[in-house]
Amino acid sequence: MAALNPRYRTLLAILALIILPGLVMPSTFYYRIGALVFISAVAVIGINLLMGYAGQVSLGHAGFFAIGGYACAILPVRYGIDPLLAALIGVVLAGLLAFAVGRPILRLRGHYLAVATLGLGLLIGLVLTNEVWLTGGPDGMQVPRASVFGVRLRSAEHWYWISGAVLFLAAWIAANLFDSPTGRALRALRDSLVAAEVMGIRAARYKLIVFVLSAVYAAVAGAMLALFNGLVTPDNASFLHSVELVTMVVIGGMGSLIGSIVGAAVLVILPQVLTVFHEYETLLLGVLIILFMLFLRQGIAPGIAALFKRRPA
Amino acid sequence: MGDLLQFAVSGLTVGAVYALVALGFTLIYNASEVVNFAQGEFVMLGGMGTVFFATLGFSLPVAALMAIVLAVIVGLMLHAFVIAPARGADAVTLIILTIGASLVIRGAVPIIYDKQFHKLPGFSGEESIRIAGASIQPQAFWVVGGMVLVVLALHLFLNHTRFGKAVIATSVSPLAAKLVGINTAFVVGFSFAISAGIGALAGILVTPVTLTSYDVGTILALKGFAAAVLGGIGNPVGAVLGGLLVGLLEALAAGLISSSYKDAAAFITIILVLLVMPNGLAGIKHIERV
Repeated sequence: MAALNPRYRTLLAILALIILPGLVMPSTFYYRIGALVFISAVAVIGINLLMGYAGQVSLGHAGFFAIGGYACAILPVRYGIDPLLAALIGVVLAGLLAFAVGRPILRLRGHYLAVATLGLGLLIGLVLTNEVWLTGGPDGMQVPRASVFGVRLRSAEHWYWISGAVLFLAAWIAANLFDSPTGRALRALRDSLVAAEVMGIRAARYKLIVFVLSAVYAAVAGAMLALFNGLVTPDNASFLHSVELVTMVVIGGMGSLIGSIVGAAVLVILPQVLTVFHEYETLLLGVLIILFMLFLRQGIAPGIAALFKRRPA
Repeated sequence: MGDLLQFAVSGLTVGAVYALVALGFTLIYNASEVVNFAQGEFVMLGGMGTVFFATLGFSLPVAALMAIVLAVIVGLMLHAFVIAPARGADAVTLIILTIGASLVIRGAVPIIYDKQFHKLPGFSGEESIRIAGASIQPQAFWVVGGMVLVVLALHLFLNHTRFGKAVIATSVSPLAAKLVGINTAFVVGFSFAISAGIGALAGILVTPVTLTSYDVGTILALKGFAAAVLGGIGNPVGAVLGGLLVGLLEALAAGLISSSYKDAAAFITIILVLLVMPNGLAGIKHIERV
């Protein structure tokens, strides 16, 4: 193992995280949770590229997520387009929107960027809530089932493996990006914008690339969730959903691929466990987020990795 | 004309609340560089706390005072147990910590009390006053007047008392403030307390107009944050102007265009303003402290 490039080690670990649980899942319920974790993880990896690699904050990525999802509902229902083609169109649309708004918005820094992205997400959510003729309004829309070669993709097991495969692809692209000249440019930007620009890195261009890529990841995740759940609602675009995605990045570990999956797993599984506590759910979720942030400040994955390094086996 | 006046009054009323939330943001941000997304929860605690203590049998003024004290205690706890232990964490981590804290506060209220909507009676009755074709709730004067008083008091305190000057010194340079003997940790704790108190006061003033429930905090925090950023984050005057502007824009958009897109008007304006003035309306170009 030690001889392996760390990039391959990470990807192998992710492959194991996807395949091994899939072989021993006891029931549909567990496949369902697994699929939800993988779907969120795709969006989280995208936002992690933006935050962990490029050092830019977004509080509005749920908007892109919802565009991917609503495309899977609106295009087949209103225009008779195949659901999978609709998903592709939704992802392209989200990318184009990110490209269009990215250049002006990414000139802003820090809290100003946070407010601009927050506003963008809110605007997308408002349109989805208010344009009832197109989007079904606050109740959302049914999403028709997709089928491939005559097989209708509806079981949780199907979606476990589909989202697992997409997640692996997403991680593979992100890992390669990290080691590419673009990845090095992005990390330079994060560490010092001025120094990077002095070295001749075109900051605006690289920030835009990663912003568009993160929007595409979010839209892919949104499309998968829509096709899996068979329902989209404006909640997909809500501020709380954006915050949830960012929290997954930070709890898992900024700049860590495995961390993105761990962060998604924690925030998807915790509420399932906490429903037992019913009334205390929101309170406990808040307490746990605070505890994670106070005691594993650099995130779970890097935190655990550091523990292992301290005590060589 | 009457319509426009009507929109302006309702805009200023809501705007005054945004202004107070934005002012709370600014005080905490200046003292500690924390963007406190739990700021909206203080407003909720003001309204809900007053309702709660009133149902226990206290008279309204006493209940309101107790609600402010409650919010201040929560603010101090937020500082002591969440923010202070995280010293040195990066900005995003701090934001998530305050969001975690707001979940805790929002989650605790229904357990202790309930999830219903509540109203408080207007301080000077409910009879609307008719001025130039617009009908104005008397509570609107309380909200705007309360905001003006808070701003004046804060201005006097910051510029004309020894401790107020220590607060300003800490916001300019925590290190230099420490070197001249200012207890900066105390200043930060104090900022949390005073922001919580201002938030709670805003909640008490506006509840007769807008109702309150356990979950009103999130959207108030967003609008307050947006207002603070619109004004240029860290600038108290900008925060107040930003708050009033966001309130006015919303009321005009709701009245002239469509009430379902009132939030859109505010945020579109904010994005456009930021594109032209990347440091807000009253922002200073150089705000990085080195």
